[in-house]
Amino acid sequence: MGYQFDFSMVIKILPVLWRGVIVTLELWAACLAIGLILGFFIALMRVSPAAPLRFLGRAFVEIFRNIPALIQLIWFFYAFPILIGAQLTPFTAAVLGISLNTAAFSAEIYRSGIQSIERGQWEGAMAIGMSRVATFRRVILPQVFRRMLPAFTNRAVEVAKVTSLASVLSVHELMYQGRLLSSTYYRPLEILTTVGIVYLVMIYPMTWTSAALERRMRRKA
Amino acid sequence: MNDTTPTDAPILRCEGLRKSFGNLEVLKGIDLDVKRGDRIAIIGGSGSGKSTFLRCLNFMEQPTGGKVILDGERIGTPRTGRDGSETVTYRERDLMSVRKRVGMVFQQFNLFPHMSTIENVMEGLVTVLRQSKSAARTRAAEQLDRVGLGDKLDVYPSRLSGGQQQRVAIARALAMDPEVLLFDEPTSSLDPELVGEVLRTILALAEDGRTMLLVTHELGFAYRFATHVIYLYDGVVHETGTAEQVFRNPQKEKTRAFIARSSEFSL
Amino acid sequence: MQQYEWDFGSVLTYWPMLLQGLWGTVAISTLAILLGIVGGGLVAAMRMSRYRSLRILGTAYVEFYRNTPGIVHFFWVYYAPPVVANVNLGPLEAAVIALATQSSAFYAEVLRGGIQSIGNGQWEGATALGMSSKDALRRIIVPQAARRMVAPFVERSFEIIKTSSLASTLAYGELLYQGMQIASITYRPLETYTLLALIYFLLLYLLSSLAKFAEDRLQEV
Repeated sequence: MGYQFDFSMVIKILPVLWRGVIVTLELWAACLAIGLILGFFIALMRVSPAAPLRFLGRAFVEIFRNIPALIQLIWFFYAFPILIGAQLTPFTAAVLGISLNTAAFSAEIYRSGIQSIERGQWEGAMAIGMSRVATFRRVILPQVFRRMLPAFTNRAVEVAKVTSLASVLSVHELMYQGRLLSSTYYRPLEILTTVGIVYLVMIYPMTWTSAALERRMRRKA
Repeated sequence: MNDTTPTDAPILRCEGLRKSFGNLEVLKGIDLDVKRGDRIAIIGGSGSGKSTFLRCLNFMEQPTGGKVILDGERIGTPRTGRDGSETVTYRERDLMSVRKRVGMVFQQFNLFPHMSTIENVMEGLVTVLRQSKSAARTRAAEQLDRVGLGDKLDVYPSRLSGGQQQRVAIARALAMDPEVLLFDEPTSSLDPELVGEVLRTILALAEDGRTMLLVTHELGFAYRFATHVIYLYDGVVHETGTAEQVFRNPQKEKTRAFIARSSEFSL
Repeated sequence: MQQYEWDFGSVLTYWPMLLQGLWGTVAISTLAILLGIVGGGLVAAMRMSRYRSLRILGTAYVEFYRNTPGIVHFFWVYYAPPVVANVNLGPLEAAVIALATQSSAFYAEVLRGGIQSIGNGQWEGATALGMSSKDALRRIIVPQAARRMVAPFVERSFEIIKTSSLASTLAYGELLYQGMQIASITYRPLETYTLLALIYFLLLYLLSSLAKFAEDRLQEV
């Protein structure tokens, strides 16, 4: 009882947290970009006519989806270097882990998007003499992107949250700075609450956009 | 049972009924008296407010003005504001007791897909009328038999044709023995070849002297079904009278045009 | 590059520790799922309440948890109460509270989504018979919604099991924490973390196969 919330502490730590925010944003952007691109190719494997490719794609997705992201990060930082015989910086290990994780989840978004396009679209395009590849590129994909936009935005939200796990590898992102400050000043309430709010401010616009996109699509349907 | 006081007083009455959705006023003050045994067809073009009107009578939509009086009793609790305007609050309990006495058959049937045919019909008897399961089962089977589905008691709605589903919905409403039965375009979502069986079922009810209101755009059917007809236009009663009067000898220009336009109407 | 000599044997000699960790993971996940269902029911009821203030409160709760990383909640629950109110929570309690409050938000959305997915016609069909809205909910809406909620409920529960690995950051002895101990004893991080990943994978893959089986059985009805 009678605990005094120290607002001056909030002001004091903001510059340090800001440095963390920059690193978080860097991580976020890198992992999202790599994950979305890689995920696309994994989705292609998953819908490929070649069974071995389909199997590989599926294995990749199942492995990264059924293992906690934190384990993946720790594995890439502490175990993977032994395998390749070279040290990774915490940032690189984090990017590697989060990107592959993101790729697995986005592959599933692409795949369900591709499979949600009605047969009639394929037939319509082939009937005017378009090749399979051209049909895929010019007819199917544009619809997939549009239809799956809310799902991709959602994934972006998840990735932003996952980047906080990089603090465990001592990547100097937002959560790491928060933890460090919290143990330095012994003011966990003020500091961790501020960290939470900063995340909220960063992530909420994304969630909002995703919900707005979904609403708009439902209206159109 | 429909054997309350044998007066000529209307069983259902509404005065100045209004309904708005946001800024859009759909019903602009409708008066209506329904006497026991009346069969009233409500006709009108799309957007005339005919479905909304029907749905106000069992409070699927809450009216924004006017009165609904069931068997002499006004529904809802009116309160007069300081400026003299009246607002009516409808408590759930009041609405439940209205709906027990005023049944409805929907355009989209609204059967419960997780229950078999007989369970659909039993549901109201058990949860609303608190009948025992065995009594409810007997009554439900009777009602289904009556609509010609005595052999489909344990079938799920998804296995039935649209026409059969609508007949189950009619049995479900009938089982409650409502004093008034409302039909909201009961054949509009059916394939043409299935319309006949549903219309025949409804006409059979007419012979029992049940009080019914029907919204439809099948004018030929409305003529055979109805004792009285209401033609709604732009949210008001444009013309009303017996079925003979309105169909054979409409007094107003718009009514005449509307009936003439309906190509399917052949008396 | 020198060939790495794999040695799972020395890691596996510590199998009792791993078993203990597995138990810890199962224990906090189960507790969080059970508490989360109760909390989720409450939050969903708030979000669908007829009172605006309750709806706003419910929405704020869900949005907070959706837009902030889980690790922030873990640290907050563990470090803030002792300083603020002189309440000391053990790692187990802190982890369960963090997980359960978070899962309440996610389960609330599962419940709400399921109920709202049932068309308005079902409400009308039920109330037109004179049923109270409580009866309509209990007899007509929930039985139908329940079937649609199974898949998202399972998905959310998997997220909880994966998120439970964050309890390692509070030194609670679940799988990851036990694995970290073994890695530092044996100096075999590659084998240890690979083994951990494998255990998680098998656990979740097994559970998801079970869930799929149960789901198929449910859909048959």
